[in-house]
Amino acid sequence: MLPKGCNMESKKPTTDLKTVGFSVNKIDALSLSTGRAQFTDDFSAPNTAHIKLLYSPHAHAKIKSLDTSEALKIPGVIDIIHHGNVPAILHTTAGQGYPEPSPYDTLMFDSTMRFVGDRVAAVLAETPEIAEAAVSKIKVEYEILPALLDFEKATDDDAPKIHPEKGKGYLIGAPYFPEKNIAAKILIDVGNLEQGLKESDFTFTETFYSHYGSHSALEPHAAFSYLDERNRLIIVSTTQVPFHTRRICSHLLQIPIRQIRVIKPRIGGGFGAKQEVFIDYIAGMFTLRTGRPAKLVLTREEVFVSSRTRHPMRVTVQAGVQKDGTIHAIALNALMNTGAYGAHALTVLSNAGSKVLPLINKAPHQRFNGTTVYTNLPVAGAYRGYGATQGYFPLGQMMDIIARKLGIDVLDLYRKNAIRNGETSPIFEKLGEGKEGVEQIIESCGLDECIDRGAREIGWSGKRNKKIRNGAKVRGVGMACMMQGSSIPRVDMGAAYMKMNEDGSFNLQIGATDIGTGSDTILGQIAAETLCVGIDDILVTSSDTDFTPFDVGAYASSTTYLSGEAVRKCAEKIRLQILGVAAEMSRMPVESLTMKEKMVFYKGGKLSFEEICHYAMYTANQFQIQASESHFTTASPPPFAAHFAEVEIDIETGDIRVVKYVAAADCGQPINPKLVEGQIEGAVVNGISWTLTEEFLFNEKGKLTNPNFGRYKLYSAADLPDIKTIVVPTWEPTGPYGAKSVAEIGINGPAPAIANAIFDAIGVRLHSLPFTAEKVFQALKESAR
Amino acid sequence: MKIELVINQTKKNLEIQPGETLLETLRANGYTGVKYGCGSGDCGACMVLMNDEPVNSCQILTASVAGESITTIEGVGTMDKPHPVQEELVKAGAIQCGYCTPGIVLSAVALLNRNPHPTDEEIKKAIDSHLCRCTGYVKIIEGIKNASERL
Repeated sequence: MLPKGCNMESKKPTTDLKTVGFSVNKIDALSLSTGRAQFTDDFSAPNTAHIKLLYSPHAHAKIKSLDTSEALKIPGVIDIIHHGNVPAILHTTAGQGYPEPSPYDTLMFDSTMRFVGDRVAAVLAETPEIAEAAVSKIKVEYEILPALLDFEKATDDDAPKIHPEKGKGYLIGAPYFPEKNIAAKILIDVGNLEQGLKESDFTFTETFYSHYGSHSALEPHAAFSYLDERNRLIIVSTTQVPFHTRRICSHLLQIPIRQIRVIKPRIGGGFGAKQEVFIDYIAGMFTLRTGRPAKLVLTREEVFVSSRTRHPMRVTVQAGVQKDGTIHAIALNALMNTGAYGAHALTVLSNAGSKVLPLINKAPHQRFNGTTVYTNLPVAGAYRGYGATQGYFPLGQMMDIIARKLGIDVLDLYRKNAIRNGETSPIFEKLGEGKEGVEQIIESCGLDECIDRGAREIGWSGKRNKKIRNGAKVRGVGMACMMQGSSIPRVDMGAAYMKMNEDGSFNLQIGATDIGTGSDTILGQIAAETLCVGIDDILVTSSDTDFTPFDVGAYASSTTYLSGEAVRKCAEKIRLQILGVAAEMSRMPVESLTMKEKMVFYKGGKLSFEEICHYAMYTANQFQIQASESHFTTASPPPFAAHFAEVEIDIETGDIRVVKYVAAADCGQPINPKLVEGQIEGAVVNGISWTLTEEFLFNEKGKLTNPNFGRYKLYSAADLPDIKTIVVPTWEPTGPYGAKSVAEIGINGPAPAIANAIFDAIGVRLHSLPFTAEKVFQALKESAR
Repeated sequence: MKIELVINQTKKNLEIQPGETLLETLRANGYTGVKYGCGSGDCGACMVLMNDEPVNSCQILTASVAGESITTIEGVGTMDKPHPVQEELVKAGAIQCGYCTPGIVLSAVALLNRNPHPTDEEIKKAIDSHLCRCTGYVKIIEGIKNASERL
């Protein structure tokens, strides 16, 4: 039996929270705002040499010869690496759990170039300018091969084959057919789709296309490596996944894990782009070869051309619906373009089903049929939303189409068909990440409230189907509902270590990787809540593979839910130790003690944390109050959201403006409401921007023609609609203090909600992203015919 | 070549290369709060004030601005004594990864110096040359507004 305290109710909803649930200031915010915080490129060492890369100008080619002799003659050039002088080790750049559910199809440097931007060679030189000059002096002769630039033709018999080499494929043995350019394949059936469609009063089939997208984290990818005084390789990296980076670098550099330390400093945003390990080992290779500290910082153009993107996807949705609005059958048939390499080729595809179909959980007949194909285009990878974004774009429009056909409010269609508390979906069990999924019952769901409050905020009933007109401008409203997950069940693990200091402060060391999300802060809040102290009493360190315990890293909406529970359990152990010492000091039974505000109270007295720690360290039965904990989960409780968009379209020009955007989300108990809002707002604006203005433009040879922020148009402040974020609190029993994660879900809404709003305004259904003014104008012209 | 610049109100004699940008000069001399984001003047991460006006330091050759007065984020406020703009951005939850923040702080400081009580539209305009991928700008605008109310 445990004593009563300020936070004993971590596994039941409580109104007595002291730190969790409050918008404490982000603990690194002041250092960031004053420019003190250190990012990877802010690290340096004497004698640092600089790296520049040579990229393929061809979408598909074989290197016939490569001559570095002229480049090496330039004074200040130290070393050049390429396919001829580094080991050919197959790997995936996807920073995922091991063995990764992505195909091993990539070499550090290859003799075949598979997209414009594939790596030919890297130069190490005394300055970046010299390295750049040397890059231009490397002579390469290419045999140009036919390029595959249309992903819908990838499986044609006469399509160029992109990975014909033997030995490629999955460590986990997943289906892989490079002879057909197929990088992944999934087929999941629940019930009998064909029969379900036959039994339905109405059937629908529509095809939608979502497009490439750049994460555009403001900090470009960078790596800085050096040897420490014991000749271990230290890599400071802009990584979301320090432990995966260490493992993959060990594999590629052929040195033991113990010889590598990866340090994650402050990270300037990731959004999935930094879940890829593709430059760290180049810096490491140079440092091992030359003994020199080596730095590689990508330019913005290199980030666009050669890093990672969102997977474009074609999805055909089939639905069978009864007259009363019951969805009886639903299928998503997805064709996904992974580009030249298969980073996340299987799991982004599976998430387009596993995070999407369960929303419509009651349909007895369901199918997810997905294929990922290679092309000679930029490499896709993890991107916030991770396939769910590409799945909700079609599903969200299909719901709108069904509701309009049946003449019912789409809000009611969701209310009738969406998953609820106490329910499950067969998809949870059937479709996992690289393996079968995990059965789970929903234990927290605020979707109904999200729908109700969001509809009120946007003024749904007064604006829907009204086509409110002002001159050439017409307004419309649309909405979409969505869910995501919180970590990958039975795959992800996060761990925490804590110790107590004499002044009543605590070090919290976590592998969980704050990339700007605020996870250091919210994990500190969870520890502070459990220990009845303030956030200032928790000294958070993340992440350093030498000094913090393992965590899979910042992806899959895992940190709050998964690492947060590791921290809570760890802090709970510390709490019991503090109470144990207090019992010894006070000679009172533990059960009679109460912890509150950095004190332990007993009948007739109290002990401060300072006194308790001093006693434990210096007085009697000495020991360090310390603990570690790990956490993995068997559930992945989804956050839920309802998004509403109001748009205004100029029917003379096709110009489209989002007037108002409402995002209502349930992420369980928000640990830090302001940071939750920040996650939602950032994801929403990224999503709107991807829906309307961002676009990869390729020439006929597969070269990206707009690799800069001048022509790849991100939303800026002046573009903003009125954005309202509504956080609907629920309570998730399996999460720390009732929390679920919230990082990704917000990006899934804008594309379908805006598409539906456009239809509401002008009666035109847009099937392919982005919705540029030109596309809207064309669609208007066609519909007028 | 040698050049004199006034950085954060202190005269500095610096050794530079002829083709060097102001961004490179500042970072090489320890002003690492100035960030590279795009190199094309489109993102604002490298923003500094030159004679109190925001400029993209990646677009300026250092050799061309000899003798000018430059303010970097290091000259705006410190951890112990932050500028109200810095404090209010912190409080508003406007700082996620914080990579764009120094530049935005400088643009906001320049705005409030010439217009202590801007409207939301004026704030949006003042920071429109900055890209932020994390926050969606909502809380940045709120933080700058709160700072203006304190001035």
